[in-house]
Amino acid sequence: MSIDPEKMHGAQSVLEIKSSTFFVPVMVLYSNDLVLIEQKLQQKVSRAPEFFSNSPIVFDLQELNNKHQEIDVIKLVEVIRKNGLFPIGVRGGNECQVVQANSIYIPEDTTRGNQSITTETPKISTSVPESQPKTKEEIVNNTATLITQPVRSGQRIYVSGDLIILTQVSAGAEIMAEGNIHVYNTLRGRALAGVQGNTDARIFCFDLQAELISIAGDYKTSEDLKEVARKKPVQIYLQNHALIVKELI
Amino acid sequence: MARIIVVTSGKGGVGKTTTSAAIAMGLAKRGHKTVVIDFDVGLRNLDLIMGCERRVVYDFINVINGEANLNQALIRDKNCNLLYILPASQTRDKDALSLEGVGRVLEELSKDFKYIVCDSPAGIEKGANLAMYYADDAFVVTNPEVSSVRDSDRMLGILASKSRRAELGMEPIKEYLLLTRYDPDRVESGEMLSLDDVQEILSLHLLGIIPESKSVLNASNSGIPVILDEKSDAGQAYADVVARYLGEKRPHRFIESKKGFFRKLFGGK
Repeated sequence: MSIDPEKMHGAQSVLEIKSSTFFVPVMVLYSNDLVLIEQKLQQKVSRAPEFFSNSPIVFDLQELNNKHQEIDVIKLVEVIRKNGLFPIGVRGGNECQVVQANSIYIPEDTTRGNQSITTETPKISTSVPESQPKTKEEIVNNTATLITQPVRSGQRIYVSGDLIILTQVSAGAEIMAEGNIHVYNTLRGRALAGVQGNTDARIFCFDLQAELISIAGDYKTSEDLKEVARKKPVQIYLQNHALIVKELI
Repeated sequence: MARIIVVTSGKGGVGKTTTSAAIAMGLAKRGHKTVVIDFDVGLRNLDLIMGCERRVVYDFINVINGEANLNQALIRDKNCNLLYILPASQTRDKDALSLEGVGRVLEELSKDFKYIVCDSPAGIEKGANLAMYYADDAFVVTNPEVSSVRDSDRMLGILASKSRRAELGMEPIKEYLLLTRYDPDRVESGEMLSLDDVQEILSLHLLGIIPESKSVLNASNSGIPVILDEKSDAGQAYADVVARYLGEKRPHRFIESKKGFFRKLFGGK
């Protein structure tokens, strides 16, 4: 900035407004039953208390409105707050719901079109066998990034969804994904899947010679991978905080 | 428009300057007007290898700073009148190079020359980055040993991400492998990585294998690019490299041990 705030005010700078981007979990509602919602929410929060405690959250009413199910936004907000979360926005609400939300100082998130809801499918979780609709867990980005150029030593790749690499990953390279990692070639560098804590993320590769592999923070170094068969396609997944390396064929 | 070739490696001492001198001479000998630029500011060597150290008056940095024009700084080679040398400054360091300055000089040279060979310094710092930034083709010089291979791999990553072509989203730099100081006997005895071992990691288009050869040191000492020593294996190997780069198909040589035949004959391994 070339303008000196002191000259403008004759005093020190008071405030500045900047643009910034945030990642906030979105809770997509599939049911308007407040009792059920509270129950599920409690379950989710108790499973990852650190992640959810005092976390901001945006709730998404698009699915309910598609099914013409009404919901009392004021009561919903109470339920969310009771569980230690801070609702900071509503998305996909109808006119009446937005007015309700605004009355308790919750703005509408208009940053994306209503149709894009379909790109967010609920996370498939085998650990919760239930038939009724469930709230969406955390932020699961389902987009995949494709890499066709060799990943050379010293290069780093970070993607928020899945990572698919057709070429080799050299020693000294680092590939990270919030989702799964697929390497249809030799993996010699470091591969970290589920870096935001997704324990269901997996790593797949054609030839495992990695320096380090990690899923959701649990890792193994090449020292621990000595016994793994070379030149065989393998998958790596997490089971009770242990990384399991298994041949695919 | 000229084609800009960078000769690079990451690691030092693998034969970048020898290669730069040889291929620049090779291209010029085949009738292409070529200039070879020493980017190793502060550690000038190319002039020695080219045997023109006594004729250096102005250098690359002088041209960048506008203290001399290109015609004053370019040195015409004594063996080939289509070859010119732009020496580095010995008294300055890499910070004297600037992206705009290098770009300006290369653009001016492009008008006049068919090929511009940039002899990169070792490392991945400013000098090396500027040498490769404007390149169209990269000759990655690698020795058959692990640290050289890894450094080349790193350099390839930089070529793919930090060059002008990468930044503008143009067609990427064409990368070629030059395996230098290759000794088939030591490969056979397991002391050196084989061509296959190297290619497993780098998987590049192989432009040629330059055998370890006494003629290289002799050529350097006498200031005559080794490619002019047509009897030597290294000289022939560089001639092959230039031919292949220009699109000729030549079978790869010097992969097998010279003693192989006799060894087979007398029941060695």
